[in-house]
Amino acid sequence: MSADTHPAPPAPTRPPSQARGAAARQLWRRLSADRWALGGAGGVAFFLVVAAAAPLLSAIAGQDPYTYDLDALSDSGAPKGFGGGISAQHWFGVEPMTGRDLFAIVVHGTRTSILIGAGATTVSVLLGVIVGLTAGFYGGWYDRIVTRIIDVLLGFPYLVFVIALGAIAPTSLPKPLLLVGVLAIFGWPSIARVVRGQTLALKRRTFVVASTALGAGGWHLLVRQLLPHITATIIVYATIMIPSMIGAEAALSFLGVGVPPPTPAWGRSIGDAVGWVQTDPMFLVFPGGALFLATLAFNLLGDGLRDALDPKTRGLRR
Amino acid sequence: MRVLRLVSGRLFSMIITLLVISLITYAVFVLLPSDPARLSCGRPCTPERLADARAFMGYDQPWAQQYVAFLGGIVTGRTFGTGAAAVHCAAPCFGYSFQLNESVTHLILERIPVTFSIAVGAAVLWLIIGVGTGVVSAVRRGTTIDRAAMTFSTIGVSAPSYLVGLLGILLFGFTLDMVPVNGYVPLTEDPVGWLWHLVLPWCVLALTSAAVYARLTRGQMLDVLGEDYIRTARAKGLRERRIVGRHALRNVLIPVVTVFGLDLGSLLGGAVITERVFSMPGLGALLLDAVGNVDLPLIIGVTLFSAFLIILANFVVDLVYGVLDPRVAP
Repeated sequence: MSADTHPAPPAPTRPPSQARGAAARQLWRRLSADRWALGGAGGVAFFLVVAAAAPLLSAIAGQDPYTYDLDALSDSGAPKGFGGGISAQHWFGVEPMTGRDLFAIVVHGTRTSILIGAGATTVSVLLGVIVGLTAGFYGGWYDRIVTRIIDVLLGFPYLVFVIALGAIAPTSLPKPLLLVGVLAIFGWPSIARVVRGQTLALKRRTFVVASTALGAGGWHLLVRQLLPHITATIIVYATIMIPSMIGAEAALSFLGVGVPPPTPAWGRSIGDAVGWVQTDPMFLVFPGGALFLATLAFNLLGDGLRDALDPKTRGLRR
Repeated sequence: MRVLRLVSGRLFSMIITLLVISLITYAVFVLLPSDPARLSCGRPCTPERLADARAFMGYDQPWAQQYVAFLGGIVTGRTFGTGAAAVHCAAPCFGYSFQLNESVTHLILERIPVTFSIAVGAAVLWLIIGVGTGVVSAVRRGTTIDRAAMTFSTIGVSAPSYLVGLLGILLFGFTLDMVPVNGYVPLTEDPVGWLWHLVLPWCVLALTSAAVYARLTRGQMLDVLGEDYIRTARAKGLRERRIVGRHALRNVLIPVVTVFGLDLGSLLGGAVITERVFSMPGLGALLLDAVGNVDLPLIIGVTLFSAFLIILANFVVDLVYGVLDPRVAP
């Protein structure tokens, strides 16, 4: 979750409803001209379909991620045959020691990654928008405290904290929920900071001042006047946040403190592959490749959206 | 005078932050249902022995008092138990691991050189590679070099460090047999071995962050190169190298330093992951072991120590920044 210092998109000057229609068309025109962003969108769509259809896909392959197949292993526990046991039966080969089907594990792992990544992002965005909007709008001591908390959390060694917390949390609490929670605790500050900055700039604009003069209440100003102007920014930051959340979950699973077995998770498979790098590199390549491609797809889409929304930022490839 | 006000203001806010962070961390970890006394009590664990163990470790107190005792231990050290069985934990005492019979501070200090070696080397490498690539990309904007660098940075941003690390081990360690694949040699014992063991971890940890910094630097550099004072410098007939290297780079580095300050926390996290990939006995390995053994005092100690370390480092970055840039208000 590294900080992003690109300037925020300028707010449209027309009334919100009309401006949104025009902005959406302009956004689509710019986005569809960006081959990389389109590729990213295609990749994202692909992984979403795989996540949704995970049981179907592994059923087509005639496998599931939980059944042991010790016949596929040699005496040392390494998969028999070429490329980690790739065969018509096991498309990606099998997991060493257990013989579980790697294709089914990777496909179901997509589901785990996307669900936790999207869940943590959703909670972060909700929290970040609420806190950022109110802090920027109301200001005062509330804003000062919020800013301070954001500064501290952004610089915090969150991985260390999450490792420790994940280990001693009560086992009755479902681990995926805990992961979503702790990732969101360290995810909302970056959203809140951006939203706060935009709100600060917007609240001095004429349309907000006019609404205030007409007697509009705080709720109306926040939700009907300010929020529509920062929706685009929120979407961009949410898109950029999803891959970093997927990466954080995978890192924790890699370290053995994320999603517990036997739930398939890319990070845990990569962690298990540490001891097999020399004898069975394909056990690293498939889950690792899936994680890399999913992250890349979301990043390309996020970059494309950001460039399309803000012509002032210079695209990386233009 | 300005510097003095700056330092005292920052110092005050840092101490408040440290207190709040430690209070929250301590509360979270102590309120969660886990009982170090029961773990160390042995079998059979009679209620009396359990109560004795709790009293010895100080877990019979209300948690607020435990917290105050913990803070006091950092300043003055503390003694657990009484009489012949008492153990002393010298200041700064970040707790005592009853499983390992060792003060947490001592355990941390043993591991710190490893983590520092990884983190500092990687940070130097990533700043040089990241800023260098960004500057070259911006100056040669639109050329093949620029496009290649930015494509590479997009890939680098998306590749998790542990994946790159394992592929690096596979390629440079096993296949080409160029570097050792795991372990750590202290700098004081064998500087060449130290360097040799760290080359791959440094490159791996630096790659992802260098990609981020290359993008950041390129964007900033392009903005700065469009400024009036750069045009003035060109009009004066200065050479391009001097314009970019002296006039532009100085202003590009300000946001880079800001982001670097924020990234110190993730640098530590990255070091934890790198230690796992390369089986190095650093702070991360200590924490993961403590987690495996449910060694609560050690877990709390390492977590708080890391938080303190990062906040302290941020304080220094903040200060340097404030002194260098006169526009920063005290």
